[in-house]
Formats: sequence, structure tokens, C-alpha cells
Amino acid sequence: MENKVIERVVTWARMKSPWIIHFNCGACNGCDIEVLDALTPRFDVERFGVMLKGTPRHADVLIACGPVTRQIEARLKRIYSQMAEPKFVVAVGACACSGGVFDGCYNVLGGVNSAIPVSAYIPGCPVRPEALIDGVVKLLSTLEKKEEPAPAVSKTV
Amino acid sequence: MPKITIPLGPQHPALKEPGNFLLCLEGEEVQSATLRLGYNHRGVEKAMEDRTFIQDLYLVERVCGICSHAHTTCFSMAVEEIGGIEVPRRGQAIRVLVGEIERIHSHLLWLGVAGHEIGFDTLFMYSWRDRELSLDCLENITGNRVHYGINTIGGVRRDITAEQAQNVLKQMDVIEERTKYYIKLATEEPTVLARTKGVGMLPKEVALSRCAVGPLARASGIQKDVRKDDPYLLYSELDFKVITHDSCDVFGRLVVRVFELLESIKLVRQIIKSLPEGPVLAKAPRKIPAGEAVCRYEAPRGEDMHYVKANGTEKPERAKVRAPTMANFASVPYMLQGGWLADVPIVIAAIDPCFSCTDRATLARRDGSAQTLDWPALRSKGIEFYKARGVDFRKL
Repeated sequence: MENKVIERVVTWARMKSPWIIHFNCGACNGCDIEVLDALTPRFDVERFGVMLKGTPRHADVLIACGPVTRQIEARLKRIYSQMAEPKFVVAVGACACSGGVFDGCYNVLGGVNSAIPVSAYIPGCPVRPEALIDGVVKLLSTLEKKEEPAPAVSKTV
Repeated sequence: MPKITIPLGPQHPALKEPGNFLLCLEGEEVQSATLRLGYNHRGVEKAMEDRTFIQDLYLVERVCGICSHAHTTCFSMAVEEIGGIEVPRRGQAIRVLVGEIERIHSHLLWLGVAGHEIGFDTLFMYSWRDRELSLDCLENITGNRVHYGINTIGGVRRDITAEQAQNVLKQMDVIEERTKYYIKLATEEPTVLARTKGVGMLPKEVALSRCAVGPLARASGIQKDVRKDDPYLLYSELDFKVITHDSCDVFGRLVVRVFELLESIKLVRQIIKSLPEGPVLAKAPRKIPAGEAVCRYEAPRGEDMHYVKANGTEKPERAKVRAPTMANFASVPYMLQGGWLADVPIVIAAIDPCFSCTDRATLARRDGSAQTLDWPALRSKGIEFYKARGVDFRKL
């Protein structure tokens, strides 16, 4: 009984204040500036308790933009492993979802799911801040329903 | 005191993009800095060879999300030069218009990032809020906020209506008012002055020898702007000033950028006032005749250069992108040297780095087919090339 209450409080806290870390794993900057845009006054995701953090150890959600390049792959995996459980990855933009326009380039592995498991995909080139907010809120609402987030898809891990 | 070496990046709160700096410190003082790039290298140039010229436009737009119009304009100007395609004047005017609104959005973005790096987050929030107005203008004209996709070979894809032009003018009034506030803030606010004055010094001679471009060079007192030196599109008919500053530090770069905002607003108003009538697009053939061209464009960060070699098919044989940040990175280790560790983020941010623009690879084939030019030969070749196009570098 007691455990259940604590669990509910923790879930509530997590939903009301997800801390995010933003990582560019080879993007063109288009999605990155839209992610930052979402934090600034016009869109202001802080009203949902979302805060941008500087270190993966403080973050619940990894916002990954861009296709995974061969050189960044190891870093992306390391950042993912440094995050505390439970952790979620949001692939932001067409490139992060599938490799997008860079799919097939010699130095590109593909989408973020080719390196780490992904919980939510937000398409768009670049994503609009509204789409980003919608995606993050949808990810959080899966937590509320106590459902597992979308099954982790991974090619290599 | 023993020297220690610390890495900065690829993931670091001060860097919005992956790049790696190895800083050798003695206490708090930076002794030397080494730069390691390539985390963002995707192989765009190679991919361009596999796509048609029209497809390449969309790929080249995604070299960088902030100065995307700069890259497409530069690339399409190079292709138009090879193909001998004349862009209608109205098409050129719309290119200038979008380019200048993009400069406003990029400089406001930089102002915010710089504010964030010096711990002045209020400035970050203010300038990004005002930047939304310029994004609204771009969305209204082109249909998208970040990658506009308005350029095509031979002109632009959409015309603008009188209503859209009026809307842009209306937004420019608000942005101008806010810019005046930022000028006051940049030149009078004591915390900004304390964090930027005398930081990241780059004397004029060093800036020249390290080939700095754009606002970085202009803040070291070098009159260098492609829009004036080698006018493209309609810039030779427009009235604007090249902003320079002699302080050679981060403060100078801040002042140059905020005053450039005013110049860009002036340019937008001029171009809308004298918008030529006529078509916006000239018909371009799918196959571009054999030939090669180099084009230069003054992107918000400095001189952007595209080289295109066509071989008579619908795909380029070789394309090369030299983005402005690539030229400016040579100055960064010099600026970091002798500075404090706490100033490293703002010194790096002061060149407005764009790693996704920068990470290009060069491959030298050693089968004897390549010709090697030493520096003086390359220089004289460059001077001859531009003299043929009517640009005299001896005046600089």
C-alpha cells in the first residue's frame, strides 16, 4: 500500500516536471533552434514544468535531433547510459526518425533508433515547436496511463 | 602549478552543437586550445553528386538550419552562372528580402545565445521572443519557419503579394524599436560590458592572417563584406553601410551585430519599396552544361562559398561548400589563449559557430592527377580570377 502511494507520487512528480537534455547528434541546427524556441516566451514549455538541463545525469528525457553520424554514435550511447532510469528518448525531426534527407550518406548511420532505443518520434523538417510540445505531452500522458511507452526499437543495441 | 588538460564537448551546456575543444589550463588561465571537429560530418558534398540539381537545393538547404537561405542562394547562383540563366529582377529582389530577414533572425538568435553564455538569461528570452516576429515574416512569405525552400534554379518559387509586403513592413517597425533597445543594452548595460570588454582579443593583423570573415573580421576593424566587395543579386543598387568596430573583442562583435540588425531592416524596407515588377522565375534546363563556378554570398556569419562543377548531365560532378564558420575557427585558439576558463563559452559563441556548416571533409588524391599550388601561386591565381570579374583586392 505504502509503496503504491510513493509510486504514484513519483509518477506525478515526473509528469509535472520532466527535465530534458538536448543533444544534437548530427543535425543541421534547424530542429535545435526549434527545440530552444519551445523554451522561450512564445511557446514556453516551462509552463508544463519542462526544464532544460546541462548534464544527462539530471535529465529524464533525451531530446535527440538529427541523423546519427558515425563519429557521434559512441557519445550518444555514452550520454544515454549516463541518464538515470527511467529514461526516455524523443527523436525530433525527420532525420532523427529515419535519417531523413541524409539517409544513405556514407557517414550517417540512420535515425536515432540505430544507436539507442527511442520512445517517441516527432516528424517534421524541422519540427514546429507546437509539434514538439505535443510530442512531449503525449509521451508524458503514456506515463499517466501507467502504460509502457512505445516499445523500444533498436537495430544494434 | 601543474598544467591540466580538460575537454569541452562534444556534449556541453555551453555548446549547442557537438564539437570538441581540448583546453590546457594553468589554474584558471587557458594556455592553449585544440579544436577537434567532425562530429557533425554527414557527407553532404558526396550526397550532392548523387542527386539532381533541384534535389541538391533541398539538401544544401539542410547544410545549416540557421543560414539555410544563404546556402541555397549561393548554390543556385553558381548553377545559374554555369548554365547562363538570367534570374528575373523580381526573383532577385525576393532572394535579397528573404536573405535579409534571415540575417535579422540569425543575429537576434546569436544575441540570445551570447546573453545565455554570459549568464544573462533575460536577454536570451527577450531576443528570442523578438526573433519570433522575423520568423513570422519568413513563414508568411515562404511558408516555413526554418527551411524556407523558396529558392530554385532560375529564381524563386513563390511571388509575394502587396499584403505580405505590408505585413513585413509592419513587423520591421516592431523589430526596429526592439533593436534600439538592444543597442542601448549592448553599449550601456554594466554586466554586459564587464563580461565582453577586453575578452577574446583578435587584433586586426591576426584576423587578416587567419582569414577571419564576417562580423568577426568586421569587429577587428576590417572592411570586409561580400555584399559591397563583390555585389551579387541587387546589392549594388541598395544603400547600406558596412558596420565595423575597432575594439577587436567580444564587445565589438556584439556591437557590430546589433548595428547590422538596423542595416538589415533598412535593406528590407528599401527592397519592398522598390520591388520590381515582372516574373520571379526564369525557366531553367534540367541538364546544366559542362562548366564550373565559384559563388560567394555574405551569410549572417560571414562569407559563404560554393563551388559547383557540372558535366552536362542533370547532376553535379563535384560540389564544395566552404561555410563561414570554417574560416573563423582558425581564430578561435588564438582568442582563447591567455583568457580565463569562464570566458571560453562566450569567446567560442562570439564567432557564432555553426558546426553543421563547418564539418566538411577534404580528400586529396595522391595519384598525381591533382595539381598542387603553393600559397603565393594560389593567391595570384585568386587575384587574377577576381580581376576578371571586376573585383580589385589591392584596394582592401
